[in-house]
Amino acid sequence: MKILIPIKRVIDHMAKIHIKPDGSGVINDYVKMAINPFDEIAVEQALVLREQGQATQVTVLSIGPVGCVETLRHALALGADQAIHIQTDIPLLPLDIAKLITHIVQKNVFDLVISGKQAIDNDCNQVGQMVAALLGWPQGTFISQVVVEGKTLLVKREVDHGIEQLRLVLPCVLTTDLRLNRPRYASLPNVMKAKNKPLETYTLAQLNFKPREGQKTLQILEPTSREGGILVASIQELIEHLKKEQVL
Amino acid sequence: MNILILAPAYQGHLHASMGPVLTAAHQLSPKGTIDAIVFEASSGCAAASCAMYVGLTRIWRVVSQDFEQTIAPEWIVPTLVELAQKYDVIMAPANTFGKNIMPNLAAVLDVGQVSDVIKILGPRQFERPIYAGNAIEQVESTDAKILLTIRPIAFDAAVMGTSPVPVENCSLIMGHLKDRVTFISVEKPPSQRPDLQSASVVVSGGRGVGEDFSLIEQLADCFGAAVGASRAAVDAGFITNDCQVGQTGKVVAPDLYIAVGISGAIQHWSGMKDSKVIVAINKDAEAPLSKMADYVLIGDLFQVIPELIVAVKKEKETA
Ligand SMILES: Cc1cc2nc3c(=O)[nH]c(=O)nc-3n(C[C@H](O)[C@H](O)[C@H](O)COP(=O)(O)OP(=O)(O)OC[C@H]3O[C@@H](n4cnc5c(N)ncnc54)[C@H](O)[C@@H]3O)c2cc1C
Repeated sequence: MKILIPIKRVIDHMAKIHIKPDGSGVINDYVKMAINPFDEIAVEQALVLREQGQATQVTVLSIGPVGCVETLRHALALGADQAIHIQTDIPLLPLDIAKLITHIVQKNVFDLVISGKQAIDNDCNQVGQMVAALLGWPQGTFISQVVVEGKTLLVKREVDHGIEQLRLVLPCVLTTDLRLNRPRYASLPNVMKAKNKPLETYTLAQLNFKPREGQKTLQILEPTSREGGILVASIQELIEHLKKEQVL
Repeated sequence: MNILILAPAYQGHLHASMGPVLTAAHQLSPKGTIDAIVFEASSGCAAASCAMYVGLTRIWRVVSQDFEQTIAPEWIVPTLVELAQKYDVIMAPANTFGKNIMPNLAAVLDVGQVSDVIKILGPRQFERPIYAGNAIEQVESTDAKILLTIRPIAFDAAVMGTSPVPVENCSLIMGHLKDRVTFISVEKPPSQRPDLQSASVVVSGGRGVGEDFSLIEQLADCFGAAVGASRAAVDAGFITNDCQVGQTGKVVAPDLYIAVGISGAIQHWSGMKDSKVIVAINKDAEAPLSKMADYVLIGDLFQVIPELIVAVKKEKETA
């Protein structure tokens, strides 16, 4: 089984978000960047499947500016076998990303795509489902467990009303939830080895790809903030406040 | 403008998130037609419940035994694609139901999707949170069809009336993927408590609570509240995943949110910051939530919560 893991480079989840004064976007310069946490979980799952002898090859793919190479090298240091970078400075919408991933899948023949369930920058939660639709493969979203059984996967999905178990016939697309696994750390020797692992680069023009129109960002705004509150000294005081607020 | 709502129906029951989605549809198209589509087994009552909402024109009901346990996009998208021809906008709630199906439909229709809409700004303009709510994005969709998922807490629920709108049967078009997805089981945590996303009071516990969540449950029961949790509490196995509040869990906005032993990381905050009154109980006065909540009680939860339970019970008895 060959696995493709699309990974996104995002602002680190611990970093503070600063909005540009003109509202045109979020400040990306001099901010710590990292692999989208859900994608790191996807990489881990692929490595586990390889270690179990279920997968033969793990390829990571990132679409975006030149900085993505660092993120891809990180995934290679974790243990991925090879990387593909589609280099572009144009911010692409999920459907374009899904089309590019689909293109790579069709060109290289993969059996499984595992993506994160959402990117923590735009919080869209779309790409995995779109890739499934474009490939005509079944999808298992928000998964917290995968077991390979012959030519099928038994997956557990975290849904609002509990845990749902489905059986999917390969090839298919999975999107990861937080509890699927705990990603490993890259050891120093592996970081060194990663520098020599294969990394192919394409431009959108080389792939004959034109981003579609369909959605544009008008403005990025600060969210309304809440004022800090009152420090209560006793339970009785808290009760009085709750009564005044008419919530008790 | 004609709108189709993909009604959130699980196992034949309509989910409460239908109400807010319908309100959003109204705001988007006060004069247009708003229809809903329900997929359920013949024994299901979701279409009948849906028909009671005021403001809908018609319910399409698609019946198959396959929908008894779950609804997979592979089974319903071909039908939706066919029906979509008649509509300008298709919307669903931004919960695991809508999030699972809508992007799949969008890709087949070759249009984008606007996720997690919290405000309708105009016929093609929407507001949505990004970066765990650290920023708000205003977007315009110029697609031929507009696909939206609606964040339920951002809109009031539409009301139900007394006379139902017509329910029409719509035939199922099963695609080639039918047999490539099989439902095996669903583990639903047994709970007599109110639904987390529609409860008026939520009591949530974090890592500070530890393995035994019974204190949180007892406090919740005094208020008739739902139980919530931080990711750390769910990861540690103190409580089931359906209780996680936050960026990647459920988004709630009750009248009262009590956070016990939760530090208030941005990923948690983004899931409850729209609550009317927020109470934090924490032993650390420097925890982020101790700086952001409306009322903050500093103390050891194992001491504070039993006393609070007694005090709330006393209030409820005398009220
Ligand atoms: C991609 C991503 C997505 C995430 N999504 C979510 C999400 O959806 N929801 C979410 O909640 N988190 C999410 N997180 C995790 C989040 O960043 C925090 O790690 C998590 O919310 C912390 O949980 P906590 O507050 O329970 O634990 P901690 O941060 O460890 O806080 C425990 C608190 O309990 C207090 N405490 C301990 N003992 C006591 C006591 N005896 N009495 C009183 N107080 C006590 C401590 O002072 C502390 O403030 C996400 C993280 C990432 C990276």
